[in-house]
Amino acid sequence: MAVKEFEKPILKEYTPIPKLVEEATSHLAPFKSKEEFQKSLGYPGELVENWEEVALDKMGDLLKKYRSLRVYMDSCIQCGACTDKCHYYLGTKDPNNMPVGRQNLMRGVYRKHFTLPGKFFPKLVGAVDLTKEVLDDWYSYYHQCSQCRRCAVFCPIGIDTAEISMAAREIMDSVGVGQKYCNEIIGKANKIGNNLGLPKPALADTLEGLEEDVEEETGIDVKFPLDVKGADVLLITPSADFFAEPHVDGLIGYAKVFHEAGISWTLSSYASEAANFGMFIGSYDNMRKLALRIREAALELGVKRIVFGECGHAWRVAYSFLNTLAGPFDFLDPRYPVPQHICEVTHDLINKNILKFDKSANDGKVITFHDSCNVARASGMGDVMGGQFSLPRDIIKATTNNFYDMDDDTIMEKTFCCGGGGGLLTDDLIELRMKGAQPRMEALKRVVEDHGVTHMAAICAICKSQFSKAFQYYGFELDQIISLHQLVGDALIMTKK
Amino acid sequence: MSFVTIFYGISFYVATLILFIGLGYRIYEYSIIPSPLKIPTPPAPKTKSGVAIRLFREVVFFESLFSATKWTWLFGWLFHFALLLAALRHLRYFTDPVWFWVSWEIVQAAGHYAGYMMVFGLIGLLARRIFVDRVRYISNPSDYLMLILIIAIAVTGLLMKWFHTDIYAVKMFFIGLMYFQWSELPSDFILLLHLSLVLLLMIIFPYSKLLHAPGLFFSPTRNQTDNARDQRHISDWAKKLESKK
Ligand code: SF4
Ligand code: SF4
Repeated sequence: MAVKEFEKPILKEYTPIPKLVEEATSHLAPFKSKEEFQKSLGYPGELVENWEEVALDKMGDLLKKYRSLRVYMDSCIQCGACTDKCHYYLGTKDPNNMPVGRQNLMRGVYRKHFTLPGKFFPKLVGAVDLTKEVLDDWYSYYHQCSQCRRCAVFCPIGIDTAEISMAAREIMDSVGVGQKYCNEIIGKANKIGNNLGLPKPALADTLEGLEEDVEEETGIDVKFPLDVKGADVLLITPSADFFAEPHVDGLIGYAKVFHEAGISWTLSSYASEAANFGMFIGSYDNMRKLALRIREAALELGVKRIVFGECGHAWRVAYSFLNTLAGPFDFLDPRYPVPQHICEVTHDLINKNILKFDKSANDGKVITFHDSCNVARASGMGDVMGGQFSLPRDIIKATTNNFYDMDDDTIMEKTFCCGGGGGLLTDDLIELRMKGAQPRMEALKRVVEDHGVTHMAAICAICKSQFSKAFQYYGFELDQIISLHQLVGDALIMTKK
Repeated sequence: MSFVTIFYGISFYVATLILFIGLGYRIYEYSIIPSPLKIPTPPAPKTKSGVAIRLFREVVFFESLFSATKWTWLFGWLFHFALLLAALRHLRYFTDPVWFWVSWEIVQAAGHYAGYMMVFGLIGLLARRIFVDRVRYISNPSDYLMLILIIAIAVTGLLMKWFHTDIYAVKMFFIGLMYFQWSELPSDFILLLHLSLVLLLMIIFPYSKLLHAPGLFFSPTRNQTDNARDQRHISDWAKKLESKK
């Protein structure tokens, strides 16, 4: 299955609401997961024979386990308020990428099998059977949702399409139709501890290399400790931070912060991954299994705090779910929230005057900030409402002289997804990713033109990787996407040897 | 007792039962299904009172809808507000003696003009359904019929201004139903049409998207507090996973 050529979108000044084009991206679907990976996650290896029955049973089960799913199946008024809110609709024009269009793929089946009007008057209420065609549509369009929740912010009922996409993926997995990218990654994380499949010796090597690089550049012996028992802080960071660009500059930034603040810290080779792809496939079990590794590592190493590095959905799982999945964390220092975001740590140290910056080190850059969906719309930071918006911006302002936000309706809780979240950051979906990035690229283009913005900072590993591709594709420079903690690391005045 | 009276009397009993039992059962269902995870959307309040304020603002001002689309907000809000005013006006049919504030001129007049406002709002919503390609795409026949049904209820209600009905007798009919001392229902065509449509609406309520009314209060993105780190939130079925191992 080769990835087809597709027409390149032209960036406009403002993102228009396109006229819909039916079936525009019905050809897009990610590669399917192989048998061995399905099985390792506890799912059938291929489409089971009585799949319709199994799927409906699973759906009935989820409807009883998740209030969100049940209430959202019932409550949509089909008002259309969400129809122009999804970056994938704006980029692809496919009506099944309108949030309500996407939901209706499941709602039709729900009505047919779980409601009276759907049983008796299917035509009237758009109820349909779960046929193979419908399953194929599910596979295609529930993998064209990055679970970014932008739609949920605008819906008068708060209907969150991400909840429905997650349920759909869980149902599909349960009949043996899984997505290769996500399920292989979960398999690796289960086996080795991180999504890249980086074993301990390789990780130790990489970290050593980083120590040498930083020493060479700054003359300071900044450590990148691994599996150090009795450290104060266990840092859980996306494995992309270990070597991908621009992620690694973020990791160097965190290390410098810890060094300068004199905080003892360590990484864990057992839990060397912040990302938790169990969330993307809507599997509580898999998500919990991955989350428990973090608890085990914290107990094993005897740390006092858990801090997360820059990763969007990881922060969602950490901030909103970790206590649920792997808590209670009563064995950690109660003076700190569990877990903490690296931005919370840095922000706090700035407020306490422990970190000092030479902003001029970043004078070559004019910065804008991309709010990652899962940080912006699914978690918080600090103890104030909206801390997830203000803390990163405060840090940028403390470390640079030039900062401009993008347009109001494209930032904070209304931020546009990078186009690669939700388990879609795979080359078999490159058309979707590039088209989905369009609204963000258009907003960026405006601040580039109006304020001479040169760099966009982000706090999400997926965003950073996706933008590295999308920037090149849309005619920006690859290195214009940077880690927020790169700004911190570059401007930090290091006083400790 | 005329056939019309008996027919409508029984129908109202049945429809009322379906409405209240059906809706009550839905609310019961929603309330026993757990929300295993914290999923509030921003701006997410940290406290229960914050959630109450948030829901109040959603219910009264349709705040999220306002930020999404001004036209749908305008038509939708006008319709719902008019519905409230009209409902208040109709209280005079169900209270004896009429509650003092229901008989105030302002309540009665507002209820009357609300009828026009309701039709205006509903036609606006219908127009969006027909003319905006995205909304047309998602509309099922039931979505159009629902709007048409409520428009018809409002229009037949307003028509009674001209096609005179003995409203005192109507009132006695409903009071009679409530206290099980039946009295005759006038058999004017417009009135009967109005009542039939209302009956239909009552019956389909618990089986239709009108469930968005209770749904909003049970929507986890809107009714949860943002305190996952401070307080462990765990559902019963998830707890069972923990005891397994
Ligand atoms: S905004 Fe909400 S209620 Fe309206 S169509 Fe979209 S999902 Fe349905
Ligand atoms: S969650 Fe995001 S990607 Fe999914 S439908 Fe809503 S807006 Fe689109």
